[in-house]
Amino acid sequence: MIDVRVELARNAFRLDVAFAGDGGVTALFGPSGCGKTTVIRLVAGLERPDRGRIVLGDRVLVDTERGVFVPPHRRRIGLVFQDAQLFPHLRVATNLAYGRFFTRPADRAVSRDAVVQVLGIDHLLGRFPATLSGGEKQRVAIGRALLMSPDLLLMDEPLASLDEERKREILPFVERLRDEFAIPILYVSHAVEEVVRLASTVVRLDAGHVAAIGGAAEVLAPTTLAHAGDRFGAVSVLSGKVAALDPAHGVSTIAHAAGSIVVPRLMASVGMTVRVVVHATDVALGRLPDGATSVRTTLAGRIAAITSDVDGPFALVALDLAGGERLYAYLTRLAVDAMQLAVGQSVTALVKAVSIDERGVAGVPRA
Amino acid sequence: MFSPEEWTAIGLSLKVGTIATLGALPLAVAVAWLLARGRFPGKALIDGLVHLPLVLPPVVTGYALLILFGRRGVFGAALAEHFGIVFSFRWTGAALAAGVMGFPLMVRAIRLSFEAIDDRIEQAAATLGAPPLWVFATVSLPLAARGIVAGAVLAFAKALGEFGATITFVSNIPGQTQTIPAAIYSYTQTPGGDLGALKLSLVAAAIAFAALILSELSVRRAGRDGGRR
Repeated sequence: MIDVRVELARNAFRLDVAFAGDGGVTALFGPSGCGKTTVIRLVAGLERPDRGRIVLGDRVLVDTERGVFVPPHRRRIGLVFQDAQLFPHLRVATNLAYGRFFTRPADRAVSRDAVVQVLGIDHLLGRFPATLSGGEKQRVAIGRALLMSPDLLLMDEPLASLDEERKREILPFVERLRDEFAIPILYVSHAVEEVVRLASTVVRLDAGHVAAIGGAAEVLAPTTLAHAGDRFGAVSVLSGKVAALDPAHGVSTIAHAAGSIVVPRLMASVGMTVRVVVHATDVALGRLPDGATSVRTTLAGRIAAITSDVDGPFALVALDLAGGERLYAYLTRLAVDAMQLAVGQSVTALVKAVSIDERGVAGVPRA
Repeated sequence: MFSPEEWTAIGLSLKVGTIATLGALPLAVAVAWLLARGRFPGKALIDGLVHLPLVLPPVVTGYALLILFGRRGVFGAALAEHFGIVFSFRWTGAALAAGVMGFPLMVRAIRLSFEAIDDRIEQAAATLGAPPLWVFATVSLPLAARGIVAGAVLAFAKALGEFGATITFVSNIPGQTQTIPAAIYSYTQTPGGDLGALKLSLVAAAIAFAALILSELSVRRAGRDGGRR
C-alpha cells in the first residue's frame, strides 16, 4: 500500500528508513527524537528526502533518482497533527469542508454525515475552534482530514497532547475510523498501549533507523537488557478470548492457555479475541499455588532465559507460557538470586489487573 | 473656520495618504510574505532595501525619488512617455513619496503577523489539497488581517505627516503638492501665521487619532469573528 525508502541528513541527525505498510494501521513507534515525525512529514510532502522513493498504491510520490516530487496538495494524504492545527478563523463546519472543495466528486468516498456521526461532533459544527476542548479539537482535525477522502491518513501522535481521560475518549474513534472507513493509517506514537490496540504492523524506529518491523508482540518484546534504560517501556503482548464479563465488578476475564487474565474493562462481547499489553515491570514471579494472593491473573510458564546486567540491579526473565506466547518480567537480580531462578524451571507469573492499562486491551485489528 | 487653501491642503493630505496607503498595501503584503516565509539568496539585501527609507534622512529619500521618478529620471521619463504618469510637482508625486516613506512601517507590521502564524496551519491546508495561492488567500491572509490593518494605519499616519521627502521631491505648491505639514511649515514662515499653523496641527492630530480608533475597531471586529487564537 505505502512503500517508503528514504534517507535524510539534517545537522547531526541522520534518517535512513525503509518500510512498507498494508491496508490497516501501521504504527511508527519509538522514543522521541527517533525520526517518527520526520517520516510523517516526508510522506506528507512537507519535507524532501536527500535520497529515496515513496510510493502510495500505484502512485509514485517521491523518486529522487527520477526527480519526482509530488507537492503536498496533490498527494491526497490526510495529516492529523499532534495539536489539531484547526483554522482558527473558520467555524468547525467550514474547517471540515475545507478539503472537500479540492476533492473531485468521484473521489468523495467519505460522507460528511458519517464522519460527523462517528466522531460525535454534530453539536460543534457552528462553533469556532477557540471554544473547543483539546479532545473536541482533535476530533474535528481527524474529521477534517477524513473528509478529503484521503488515500492514506497520517496521524502524528494525535493523542499525545491530551490528558488521560481525553485519550480514552478518542481512542475508540480512531478504532472506528480504521474499521469503518477502510482508509490505511500511518500512526505515530510512543505509547505502547495505543500501538498494540490499533496497529496491525509496527515499525520500531531508533535513532533514525528501523530497529524492527512486524506484529506488535514481536516488535515490542524487550529482547536484551540494552533496553534497561527504558524498562518501563518493555512489554509483552498476550492474546486470548474473552471468557466472561463481570459487570458487578467492572472487569472481564480473558482465557489464555496459561491461565486467565483479568482486565479492568468490560469488553464488548464474550468470545472476541483480544490483545493485552503487560508491562514487564508489572509482572511478579512466584511458586505459589493459585489464589494465595490478591492477584487474580496467574499464568503458568517455564523460564526460557534470564538476562542480567553484571553491574546493574535488574534482570529480565523471559517465560514461555503454555500456548506458546512469551511473557517478560523485570525483576531485581536480588530476587533472581534469592529465589534461585534458573532456565527450565516452572513458575507462576502474577499480574495485577490494576496495572493493566485498559487502553491496551482491544480487539485484534484486521490486517 | 478654514480658508479655501486650508481646505485644499486637508483634502490633499487625505487623498495623498489614502492613495499612498492603498497603493503600497499589495506590494507590502507580498514583500512581507517573502521576508516572513521565503528562503532565497539576497533576502538580507531585500530586507535592508525595504528599511532604507526608515533610516535615511527623508531629504535623501526625496532626492533619490527626484533622480529616479523626476521628469528626466530613470523611471520617471519612461512612465511619462508610455503611461502618461507624471510624478514631479504633482500630487501623485506626493503620494509616491508618502508611500515610500510608509512602506517599511507597513512591511514590518505585516511581516510580524505572518511570522506569528504557526506554519503547520498552512501545511495542514496544503495537505487538505489547497494549492499555495489558495492557502495564502484563505488561511495566511485572514490570520494576518490584524497586522495588515495595523500596518496600513501606521503607513497612513506616516503619509499624513510626511514632509521632508515630499517637499524635496515635489516642492510645496498650494493646491498641487501642499499637504497639511507643508502648509503648516509655510504658516510658520509667514508673519502672523501662528493661528493657521495651530488649526492645521489640530486637524492633523484629529485625523491621525480617528485612523487609530478606526483600526482598533476593525481589529476588535476581526477578533470577535474568531481571529483570536
